[in-house]
Amino acid sequence: MKPETLLYPTPKGLYCEKGGFYIDPVQPVERALITHGHADHARSGHTHVMATRETLDIMRIRYGEAFCVDTQEAVLGARTTIGDVTVSFHPAGHVLGSAQIAVEANGTRIVVSGDYKRRRDPTCRGFEPVPCDVFITEATFGLPVFHHPDDKGEVAKLLTSLRQFPERAHLVGAYALGKAQRVIALMREAGYDEPIFIHGALTKLCDYYESEGIALGDIRPATLAPKEKQSFAGSVVIGPPSAFADKWARRFPDPVSIFASGWMLVRQRAKQRGVELPMIISDHCDWPELLDTITEIKPGQVWVTHGREEALVRWCELQRIAARPLHLVGYDDEGE
Amino acid sequence: MRAFAELLDRLVLTPQRNAKITLMADYFRKAPDPDRGYALAAIAGTLTLKTVKPNILRQLVLERMDEVLFRYSYDYVGDLAETISLVWEKPKGEDIPPLDLSLGAVVHQLETVGRANVHGLVRNMLDQLEGSSRFAFLKLITGGLRIGVSARLVKQALADIGNVDVTEIETLWHGLSPPYTSLFRWLDGSGEKPELDMPAVFHAVMLATPVGDNDLAALDPADFAAEWKWDGIRVQLANVGGTRRLYSRSGDDISGAFPDILEAADFEGIIDGELLVGGTLRSNSATRTFSDLQQRLNRKTVTRKMLEDYPAFIRGYDLLFSGRRDIRPETFVTRRAALSELIEKAALSHFDLSPLVPFSSWEELDRLRADPPDPVIEGIMLKRLDSPYTSGRSKGPWFKWKREPYNVDAVLMYAQRGHGKRSSYYSDFTFGVWTEVEGKDVLVPVGKAYFGFTDAELEVLDRYVRNNTIERFGPVRSIRAEPDHGFVVEVAFEGINFSSRHKSGVAMRFPRISRLRTDKLPRDADRLETLLAMIGTAETP
Repeated sequence: MKPETLLYPTPKGLYCEKGGFYIDPVQPVERALITHGHADHARSGHTHVMATRETLDIMRIRYGEAFCVDTQEAVLGARTTIGDVTVSFHPAGHVLGSAQIAVEANGTRIVVSGDYKRRRDPTCRGFEPVPCDVFITEATFGLPVFHHPDDKGEVAKLLTSLRQFPERAHLVGAYALGKAQRVIALMREAGYDEPIFIHGALTKLCDYYESEGIALGDIRPATLAPKEKQSFAGSVVIGPPSAFADKWARRFPDPVSIFASGWMLVRQRAKQRGVELPMIISDHCDWPELLDTITEIKPGQVWVTHGREEALVRWCELQRIAARPLHLVGYDDEGE
Repeated sequence: MRAFAELLDRLVLTPQRNAKITLMADYFRKAPDPDRGYALAAIAGTLTLKTVKPNILRQLVLERMDEVLFRYSYDYVGDLAETISLVWEKPKGEDIPPLDLSLGAVVHQLETVGRANVHGLVRNMLDQLEGSSRFAFLKLITGGLRIGVSARLVKQALADIGNVDVTEIETLWHGLSPPYTSLFRWLDGSGEKPELDMPAVFHAVMLATPVGDNDLAALDPADFAAEWKWDGIRVQLANVGGTRRLYSRSGDDISGAFPDILEAADFEGIIDGELLVGGTLRSNSATRTFSDLQQRLNRKTVTRKMLEDYPAFIRGYDLLFSGRRDIRPETFVTRRAALSELIEKAALSHFDLSPLVPFSSWEELDRLRADPPDPVIEGIMLKRLDSPYTSGRSKGPWFKWKREPYNVDAVLMYAQRGHGKRSSYYSDFTFGVWTEVEGKDVLVPVGKAYFGFTDAELEVLDRYVRNNTIERFGPVRSIRAEPDHGFVVEVAFEGINFSSRHKSGVAMRFPRISRLRTDKLPRDADRLETLLAMIGTAETP
């Protein structure tokens, strides 16, 4: 069948009419398949939700038990029939529990990548390419400028700064799901075994990662009586980026503001945000990885969604690969 | 190259002065020679390399890349060197091992390459260097690092690693050249202090401390000479052994912008004075304002028209060397007599003597200070008659007694978060005053200020901004400012002038928030007309 009839964009999100479900819908729906736990993909208020066990757990942690009426656990690689279509979930390498979703009917298979990356990440399973007719790829970093460096070097920058400025607190902004835990795990791999302090918004998710067997070492809450300001000198404090512009940050002595994000590659971006030490660590593919993935999967068509669609579509045209932008709305293409 | 590139990346994003010094000192301690010397030269602006035109870089990148994709990339990043450093990919299939070329090697290759081979060399370098290093390389060859580090600051970092006074570095500076190997050896403790063979070097200037509340009561007016403090820039003019140089007070060589002064300096010696624009007192012409002087500053060269429209001259304050003789240990009185004699014979149009202000009591001097005879005077200098000329700022021999600042009441209009310690505070403010536009009173921004208030006052300002934001533009918040609802602050500043660059048509010097006027409503704030009238009093009659 024509792929455009199997899966197509609607204001509520990507819809599969034959199966009667949406993938990562942005409004409450009857039946939702969720790729991963980030808030712009996994929202509360749907009736039936199908996702990996970890993603369901994460939604429960974020929204409470009542985040939907009933759940169905997707086992990676297993095929499930919904209506007239078959679906299967495959690792996406983005954050813990993240999956690509393959949708198949009448011999046509579309893979929705969700958000994905190709690099090693000690906190989640690596991406597995799935052959398909249509590959729906994200394009968060879909511009030739994005060549993300090796994450070891980025962690080394932080360790150097700790040595250069032992009197200052090092405040690392990192999104609560995935990035924060990955930064902690990478620091541990680099041999940093001091306590790492975390903002309250990270506690439950860090606990969950630990319970899933991802060791994060000595983690402590970044709370204290106001008089103890000096006690964070030379320490690493991790919190959601928004917290650092907030009054919360005032408890720390002369903080170095750090942001762990793929966006930090562009100097002006870092400057605008008042970031002193950018750590270029991304949970998305950079440009060469997007191209390599498309080249490897060799899909008949590429559909491009949230991010910088035009450059990736242009590249596909130059390679004579059929490609078009999907223009889905509601996804936070800055959220990294 | 990687260490240098990382240093540049950090410096660009680090706002605090002390943190910048730490970063540079750390680099200078660790980097080998001659890399650190070339890094120093690049930062201090003394490295002269062949520059490569942006067009050539664009050609190079388009050899390998689709033009449309390059355009998308450039539109997104906005800076050509950064775009190229980010999009550059090594040729597919060729296995070029990543090589951390040393900065010294890069500089050497750039210095020795022939014109015809520049293209190929740049392409090779871009292939061999990694991300940040590629960016640093492109910045070096396009000229201008723009990392927000003054020559003064980098000298302070050098002083820190050698544990010496920064004035020692300033004195040596113009006698040395890249890659500064002897300087670093001395600072490391592995070599002697470099001997200079260039005679017209810079000698650190003597600085004054401000008059404090009870300072004068303890002093006898008869021990001091008073002279006007002119509103130009402090300079040192040296003509020794045929070499002529003009230095700013921090030791930057500004000779290039003032050929008129260098040419007129036909006496041998080193003068300390104020650089001004206009005519000398000796030729009975008026001294012009600081904004006229600004036309001549921060230029590498100067046009004939500039020289005619903005003639520069030096008003002498002191004499350090008379001929080749160092007279700094002599008293102020002796040096002044020698200076007076020298200036009498010097070119009438380019040199005059800063007149002394006769006075018999501090009260009398205070009255003179409040009403100086020339608008280009910003206060009074007090110099002990028996004081030798010593470098740096020590309290006692010289005082500066500035005129009271100007004040206006203005309304806060925009606020931006600060940096470092202040990154969670709205601490950078744009303020405005009232003016009439099409029959209605509106606020027009007249300046920005980010200091002057106490920590407790900052808490108050920050709270007001957070609770009264009406719009956000990126990092900037627009604050509620209506006739009956808004925040009034008293702004103090040192001077005011017309400016075509600002919407309001005026620009203040050193504005700061001197008081929070929570007792006032925005409707009580000052009007633009008041500021314009202040310019009237500050202009030359």
